[in-house]
Amino acid sequence: MKSALIVFWKEIRENLRDRRTVINTLLTGPLFAPLVFVLIINTAVTREIEKSEKPLPVPVVGAANAPNLIAELKQHGVEIKDAPADPERAVRDSDVDLVLRIPADYADAWNKGEPAQVELIYDQSQRDAQGSVARLQGMLDGYSRRSGAMRLIARGISPAVTTPVVIAGRDQSTAQARSGTMFAMLPYFFILGVFVGGMALAIDTTAGERERQSLEPLLVNPVSRGKILIGKLGATSAFATTTLLLSIFAFSVAGQFLPTEKLGMRLEIGAHFALLTLFVMLPLVFVLATLQTLAAAFAKSYREAQTYLSLLMFVPVIPTLLLSVFPLKAQTWMYSVPLMGQQVAIMRLLRGDAVAPFQLWLCFACTTLAAIIVFLVTAQIYRSERLAISA
Amino acid sequence: MIEVRNLHKAFGTVKAVDGVSFVARDGEITGLLGPNGAGKTTTLRMLYTLMRPDAGQVLVDGIDAATDPTAVRRRLGVLPDARGLYKRLSARENIDYFARLQGLDAPTRRARIEALIAALDMADIAERRTEGFSQGQRVKTAIARALVHDPRNVILDEPTNGLDVMATRAMRTFMHKLKNEGRCVLFSSHIMQEVGALCDRIVVIARGRVVADESPEGLRAQTGAATLEDAFVKIIGSEEGLAA
Repeated sequence: MKSALIVFWKEIRENLRDRRTVINTLLTGPLFAPLVFVLIINTAVTREIEKSEKPLPVPVVGAANAPNLIAELKQHGVEIKDAPADPERAVRDSDVDLVLRIPADYADAWNKGEPAQVELIYDQSQRDAQGSVARLQGMLDGYSRRSGAMRLIARGISPAVTTPVVIAGRDQSTAQARSGTMFAMLPYFFILGVFVGGMALAIDTTAGERERQSLEPLLVNPVSRGKILIGKLGATSAFATTTLLLSIFAFSVAGQFLPTEKLGMRLEIGAHFALLTLFVMLPLVFVLATLQTLAAAFAKSYREAQTYLSLLMFVPVIPTLLLSVFPLKAQTWMYSVPLMGQQVAIMRLLRGDAVAPFQLWLCFACTTLAAIIVFLVTAQIYRSERLAISA
Repeated sequence: MIEVRNLHKAFGTVKAVDGVSFVARDGEITGLLGPNGAGKTTTLRMLYTLMRPDAGQVLVDGIDAATDPTAVRRRLGVLPDARGLYKRLSARENIDYFARLQGLDAPTRRARIEALIAALDMADIAERRTEGFSQGQRVKTAIARALVHDPRNVILDEPTNGLDVMATRAMRTFMHKLKNEGRCVLFSSHIMQEVGALCDRIVVIARGRVVADESPEGLRAQTGAATLEDAFVKIIGSEEGLAA
């Protein structure tokens, strides 16, 4: 084990002297992802809130045809604008979010007591406009209901007659659960941090060593290749673990600046969350470090290794995508699948949901098993003759 | 002492080494001479256990490389064809890394490294990071780390490759020093002048086989050629790949 330690400390020392590696491990990896994450959520939330409070500008065609309706809309915060010459086209080209058209026969129909038609021109595929469309639709519905009720009362009928069923929604999601859906990407950001943190060393200790022709002299020493590999993996894992620690810490700090109260949410990002996240992530760090080393060991040059590792980086996205496309109920078997287990566990911890200790242990044990398997495969490949030859 | 018995190694259908046998004795410099692609590097790689021979046996001081490769590596000092350094470590740190991997204790390490820095005349570069070293400085560092454990047997693969005249002379002097210390020195080259000037014994390899195993004088006598160069050409059967 002594030789493995010698290799370990040499790799640590050498790579600490590389400014690019240190920046990647200590800054880019751990800080970039959580900060971008917080920034995106902050912007999205603030925009939504601003939108619902801001006056809603609505271009209207034929505003003069329905003065009462227009007055009512103005009261609810609508800013009446002049309509573009070709409303349909303007909406299609996304020049305006929506256009309200009031036909000339509106007043006739209204006076006769027939349904008076107004046209709402919008584009369903424009996500950004959906909020505005829903707001205006709500206002128009409200105006219609109120006017209808007035007419009934004028005829001596209770407006309740027209609403045989009332729906009363009772949202059962807790505040933490609501935030959970928004934070489905968070585990991936942690995994990404680990990936970025270990990448430089995984490449430097294998393909890099081969590219600079130092692998062959190293292997001539009376040290088994398994021990050399353990030392190198240890160094890669140490860097990746540092990144993980920093990124959990960075998220705990940055998370305080999320506008969670505005959304009525609460996040569990205290010491409890950090420790349990670390617990389920640690064996995964070793799996990823070994996988990176395995992929880089096939490469002849630094550049080739970078290509392989970039492709490998897509693997951890798979469970994240699966879980966001098919929001499966968290089931016990999921904890036994590396990557997916971490995803589910971190999500539930963040939402403040209970995760049974045996589920955490299952996640830890299965990922550790995966780490051992990946290590044995890598060690086998590391022993091959082809690996040592530089040219 | 290094003994090689009937080594074979094929890559796919290409027979890189096809029945090589020779002995390199202690206190002698043995030259492995042959054109480019003759199988020199592959033979050496099997000697220092980086590759496993398909058939045949390698004995270093009587230890079989197939049964105890670690013990064999302990008895060998190797300057391989690939001689990259860790550029973010100083020359001394590069040497120290290998000294630790050889399992030397701290006082031995310090003494050996000082001795090698003096012997190779590299005191001025010892504390510098190896990034930006000249070819000569790199080879010195690579040799120092290869010999840090004071091995009885020294294998050098094309040691003067890429060196200028001064560095080449220094290298030859150093090899003589190793020989006078009673070590077994085995080196490969495709430069016949070098081999002629240095060797006590010359093993000529062509197309994966040993075609001659003689002293320089014996080689001339055997072929009846006036100069070593003519002797080589006669033995190898063509002038391809040989540099004067």
